[in-house]
Amino acid sequence: MHKTLKLIIWLAVGLLGTFALSTIALNRGESINALWLITAAVCIYAIAYRFYAAWIAAKVLLIDETRATPAERLDNGRDYMPTNKWIVFGHHFAAIAGPGPLVGPTLAAQFGYLPGTLWILIGAVLGGAVQDMVTLFFSTRRDGRSLGQMARDEIGVIGGTAALIGTFLIMIILIAVLGLVVVNAMKHSPWATSTVAATIPIAMLIGIYMRNIRPGRVLEASAIGVVLLLLSVLAGGWIDHNATLRVFFDHDGLPLAYAIIVYGFAAAVLPVWLLLAPRDYLSTYMKLGTIILLAVAIVILRPDIHMPAITQFTDGTGPIFGGKLFPFVFITIACGAISGFHALIASGTTPKLLANERDIRMIGYGAMLLESFVAIMAMIAATVLEPGVFFAINSPAGVVGKEAIDAVAKINSWGYAVTVEQMNQLAKDMGESSLFARTGGAPSLAVGMASIFGSAFGKHLLALWYHFAIMFEAIFILTTLDAGTRVGRFMLQDMLGNFNKKLGETSYLPSVIFTSAIVVGGWGYFLYIGVIDPNGGVNILWPLFGIANQMLAAIALCVATGILVKSGKLKYAWVTGLPLAWLVTITTTAAYQKIFSEDIRVGFFAAANDLSAKLAAGVLPADKAAVAPQLIFNQQLDAYLTLFFVVMLWIVMMDMLLVCSRHLSGKPVLISSEVPHTETQLDDNWVRD
Amino acid sequence: MLKTLIHCWHIIRQLSGDNAYDQYLKHHNEFHISSIDTPPALSRKDFFKLYQDSQWQGVKRCC
Repeated sequence: MHKTLKLIIWLAVGLLGTFALSTIALNRGESINALWLITAAVCIYAIAYRFYAAWIAAKVLLIDETRATPAERLDNGRDYMPTNKWIVFGHHFAAIAGPGPLVGPTLAAQFGYLPGTLWILIGAVLGGAVQDMVTLFFSTRRDGRSLGQMARDEIGVIGGTAALIGTFLIMIILIAVLGLVVVNAMKHSPWATSTVAATIPIAMLIGIYMRNIRPGRVLEASAIGVVLLLLSVLAGGWIDHNATLRVFFDHDGLPLAYAIIVYGFAAAVLPVWLLLAPRDYLSTYMKLGTIILLAVAIVILRPDIHMPAITQFTDGTGPIFGGKLFPFVFITIACGAISGFHALIASGTTPKLLANERDIRMIGYGAMLLESFVAIMAMIAATVLEPGVFFAINSPAGVVGKEAIDAVAKINSWGYAVTVEQMNQLAKDMGESSLFARTGGAPSLAVGMASIFGSAFGKHLLALWYHFAIMFEAIFILTTLDAGTRVGRFMLQDMLGNFNKKLGETSYLPSVIFTSAIVVGGWGYFLYIGVIDPNGGVNILWPLFGIANQMLAAIALCVATGILVKSGKLKYAWVTGLPLAWLVTITTTAAYQKIFSEDIRVGFFAAANDLSAKLAAGVLPADKAAVAPQLIFNQQLDAYLTLFFVVMLWIVMMDMLLVCSRHLSGKPVLISSEVPHTETQLDDNWVRD
Repeated sequence: MLKTLIHCWHIIRQLSGDNAYDQYLKHHNEFHISSIDTPPALSRKDFFKLYQDSQWQGVKRCC
């Protein structure tokens, strides 16, 4: 009886999911309710988690509950420590879910809601969650070793080195593009700028409180910090209305970019307790709180989606970024579908806390599903806007024109209704001077969130909600920026330590300053170019980041596939091999197009040559001609960087295939670095209290 | 009801690291108290300094 009931319930979930999915996929012309997206997502996640993830755990990985985990064997009370699975889940989710799943879907919405939504759902269930889960498993079986170490141990030195260099470069590009998102959100917005600026002294105050005033009282300090952050949103509104104060916070992109670069350097050099750690506490609470609030608001409000299912921009002429639906929707949405970065968290940090292998499914697979859900909500927030408004906010001035009247005419010519008055009224409602060409995804997400929150909890507070949303995005983008710069610094010091021992010491001040300056200089350069680029910069940097992130995912899947084959599980190798083949296809296609395409909005070289020709012919306006040489150099640099990524990916994959074929033909390969079985001694009830 | 609330509070404290020092003391007492040359447990302030530094070694935040 019990079994039959379960079967009926799962059949019902399956039917509901199929119905919801076909509703969103087959709907044409009419607007569709956002609840269908939520329903489809939840049903698909539930079925994938219950059946596919469980099957992988039981049949492919052979999860062993009796085996002692590294946390138990190497328990040191600090980084290795058996921990309740919900706590590990919380830590893992907080670590993997950053701004990526919010920005990617917003940009990809230019293709319509359908392509991005399908990729988020299918990519997460068959790709991203599988990658996170198997990486977590293999790292747990290897004392929590990092992806780079596992690549070296299992495939060879080449794989390990590629993973290391890839990670470093991704970090540089990720930070640059995130910095650009924040700059574009603060440009000529005294309210946003003053609120974001206020988060810095607030974080420091909380740091000092936790360190000196009441050491270790994290919750107490965080509660004070959250209240101060909310007050800073209010104070920002007051500054915005004060004629003398607002000029201090009303800036162009470039000064803001310099400010972020200086800030990033300070954050990397200052001690962790003063800025990074307290900011992270605050951003984590804000992130979780806002995401829950958004989910509740969407369910209460059930907004209609106004964006068409598929737009004409699938042909590659989209204003937000150039390039056809295939492969660019899969590159634009990395986080939320499959993100190689997660493999760095799933190896290294999380496995050192796992109390039992049976928690791997929930933490590895489950946390990724939750991130995917965040991406679905970002997609909803972008597509509930009127398409005309969405394109007016997200299209760069270089595409639609600097003047409002030109931009509106251009967007109308695509068939999307929007007027200058409508945009002015919207900007006024949101407490901004203008919302035209606010690229990067943050302002449009904030408008979407503000209109959802406004409808659910009161319309008169729109401007407050908008700036709350901007503050929420900025605070954890800056956390990623701080943390990423620091990680980049550590990695660089580690590499330099091979040549000069002193440079490798993480507390040696000249080395700290030197390496921090290199890392900040690296991303600062891309940020600077992004700001001076009249096309907004995001259209160049985000695809580059996507390619790099998918490349890292492919390396993680290479390692996993190699280990599966080496451990005699060839017949299950498709579990990781299939997403790997897909990633290799899309990254190679995207990289090929970014390098060789004749379309100046897609191909880096084509854009560089076009700009050179125009510069030589003297047809560029003076302001564009002044920055053209830098833009030309940058386009060429980006082309070589893309080439480097894709070559590295193919080297690692060839290396993996070589190892597999040697193993299958009985030749010796690197022996498995899996730690032998030890029986767990943990009292089951103690750890899962 | 009260039990559930206490349980939730416990989880929140653990998630945020609010009780990290209590856990450290527990670990210290369990594992090190038996040997003679055990160093004394760190103070709350010293422990928190070490704890925060170790929390931020390696990749902790993602995209």
